[in-house]
Amino acid sequence: MTTICVLYPDLLGTYGDGGNGLATLERARRRGLDATLVQAGLNDEVPDADLYLLGGGEDGPQRLAADLLRRSSFAARVRDGAYVVAVCAGLQILGLTFCVEGNEEVEGLGLVDVVTSRGERRSVGELATHVGSQLLVGFENHGGRTTLHGGVEPFGTVVKGRGNDAKHDGYRTKNIWATYAHGPVLAMNPWFCDEVLATVTSEELEPLSSAADLLYQERCRVLAS
Amino acid sequence: MGKSTKLRDDVASAAVRAVNRLSRMTGRGSGTVVGGRVGMKISPDLVASLSRGRTVMLVSGTNGKTTTTSMIVAGWGLPVTTNQTGANMPAGHVAALVASTSAQAALEVDEAWLPETLAKTRPRVVVLLNLSRDQLDRANEVRQMAERWRKALEGHYDAELVVVANASDPLVVYAAEVAANVLWCDVPTTWLADAVSCPKCTLGISHVGSQWHCSCGFAKPTKVTTLLGDELVIDGVSVALDLSMPGEFNRSNAAMALTALHNVGVDLDEAVLRINAVQSVVGRFSVRRWNGHVLRLLLAKNPSGFEAMLATLANDSSDVWVAINARIADGRDPSWLYDVPFEKLRGHRVYCFGDRRLDLATRLDYAQVEFVIVGDDTQVPVSKETISLLANYTAFSDWLEKSEP
Repeated sequence: MTTICVLYPDLLGTYGDGGNGLATLERARRRGLDATLVQAGLNDEVPDADLYLLGGGEDGPQRLAADLLRRSSFAARVRDGAYVVAVCAGLQILGLTFCVEGNEEVEGLGLVDVVTSRGERRSVGELATHVGSQLLVGFENHGGRTTLHGGVEPFGTVVKGRGNDAKHDGYRTKNIWATYAHGPVLAMNPWFCDEVLATVTSEELEPLSSAADLLYQERCRVLAS
Repeated sequence: MGKSTKLRDDVASAAVRAVNRLSRMTGRGSGTVVGGRVGMKISPDLVASLSRGRTVMLVSGTNGKTTTTSMIVAGWGLPVTTNQTGANMPAGHVAALVASTSAQAALEVDEAWLPETLAKTRPRVVVLLNLSRDQLDRANEVRQMAERWRKALEGHYDAELVVVANASDPLVVYAAEVAANVLWCDVPTTWLADAVSCPKCTLGISHVGSQWHCSCGFAKPTKVTTLLGDELVIDGVSVALDLSMPGEFNRSNAAMALTALHNVGVDLDEAVLRINAVQSVVGRFSVRRWNGHVLRLLLAKNPSGFEAMLATLANDSSDVWVAINARIADGRDPSWLYDVPFEKLRGHRVYCFGDRRLDLATRLDYAQVEFVIVGDDTQVPVSKETISLLANYTAFSDWLEKSEP
C-alpha cells in the first residue's frame, strides 16, 4: 500500500495545496492502486509515508512548520528515501536557509543545498516551465529568490513567470520534486502527478483520461500564447 | 476650513457629479468610480471634507461587507449615504458622499483601504466582520491584513471611535484589541483555517467548541456585548432576529449591523424589523430568469464564502450551477477552488460555467462530484424547480446582467 501524507495542511495550505494530495490519491484509486491519504496537522507526529506533500504558507506559519519539521523524524525519513513534492514555502523549507518577515533568516532542514533570500519584489502570476519535453503550468505567489548550489538540478526552465530566479524553477533530486507553482500543481498537470505516482509506486501506469486533461490543454494554450 | 480649500472642494464635488452624470448618460459606466477619481485629482482630501459633520460607519472584512452595509442602511431608519454598488475604494466613497447630503453615512470599505479610510472619514463606528484568504494574488497574506488593521487602530487617536468586532475570528480580535472602545460580538464563524497559527506568536491556537485560546495568552474575548446563538442578545436585551435572506452567515452580519446601530442610539426593536424585511442585496439571493430557467443567484467568491453558501443548499439531488471567473476583481489565481469543500455536492449534478469552468470541472472530478462542462452549444435541460447558481464576483455580475427579474 502507498501512503500519501499531506504535511501541515493547517500551516502550509494557503493556496489550495490540499488539492495535490487529493489528485494523487484519486489518480491512484482510478487505476486500482492501493493508496491512502493521511493529513498530519501541527499537533501530530510526522507519520510513516511513501510520499510527503508540502504546500505554501504565510511567513509566520512557514517558520513554525520549519521549526516543527526540524524537531521531527521528517528529515531522517527523506534521507532514507521517502519521496517529497514540495511547493512554494515547502520548497524553501527543505533548503539551507530562507527569509521571512522582512529579511529575518531562518534555518531550513538542509536536505538540499539551496538558499532562498528575499527577492527584490514579490513574484505573483502565471508560471510555466519546461520540464524535459513537458510544459508545467501553474500560478506562483512568493517573495523568494532561490539559488541552487553544489550541482543541484533545477526542476524546470522558466517560460513564463519567475520561479527561482526568472531562469529556473524549483529543483529535482533523486526523491524530491520542488516547484514554485503552488496550490493544485499536481491536479492541473496530470503528467506530473502520474510521474510522481509511477516513481513512488514503481508501477507502470495506464493512461487515464480526466477533466484535468482538458484543463491542462487549455492552460498550455493560454500560457504559450 | 480655509476659503480656498472650501472652494476647491466645491469645485471637486461638482466635477464628481458632472463626470458621473456623463458616464451614466454615455452608458460607459455605472457612474461611480470615474467621477470620484476626477474629484480626488482636484482635491486629494475630498473624502475627509465630505465626511465632516456626518455620522459615518465603516464596514470591512473579507465576506459580508456589502450585505452588512445594506443592513445598516435599512436598519438605521433615517436617510443614509452609502456606496451601494460595491465601489468600496476611495473613488467610490467620494462618489457616494457627493451624491447625498444625509447626515448618516454607511460605507463598505475594501480591506486594504481601511487604514486610509479610517484616518480620513473619522467614523463613529467601524464594523470588522472577518478575515480569511481571498484574492491572494492582490492581498498576498491574510495575516498582513490583520497587522495593517491593528497598526491603523493603534495609531487612530479618536476617543469617540467604537469598533464592533467579531470575537470568534482570531485575526479580527488581533486587529481590534488595540482599540480603546471595542464592542465584541460572539457570532458563529465557521471558517477558521487562516487562524490556526496564532497571529501573535505563531504557535497553534486551540479551538474548543466556539472558544479558542493560545498558550501565549491570546484568547477569545470574554466580555461580549453581542451573543448570537439560537437567540440574538445585544447588551443583555433579546432581539427578534428573523431574516428574509438565507444563511447562518447573514444572521452574524445582522447581529453586527444591529450592534453598530444600537451604539448610535437606533432603537433595536424597530431596526431589526427593518433588517428582517431585506430580501436581497444588489442581486444577491435574488431569483432571476434566463432562457426558461429560474435561478437563485448566490455570490460566493472565496473558500469561506463558498463553504457558507454551500451550507444553504437543499440537501437533495437537485442540479446546481456554478460559475467561476479569474479576472482581476476575482483574483487571477483559482487555486482556492481546492479549499472549497465541493465534496458536499456529491449526489448533485453540477453544471460548470464561467471563464474557468475547466478548473472547476477538474476540482469536481477529483472530488467525485458529477459535472457537466457548459460550452456555448451545450443544452442545459430546463428544470421546473428554482436552480441555485453560485458564482464568484465577476461571474455573478455577468449573470445578474444577462438574467431578468
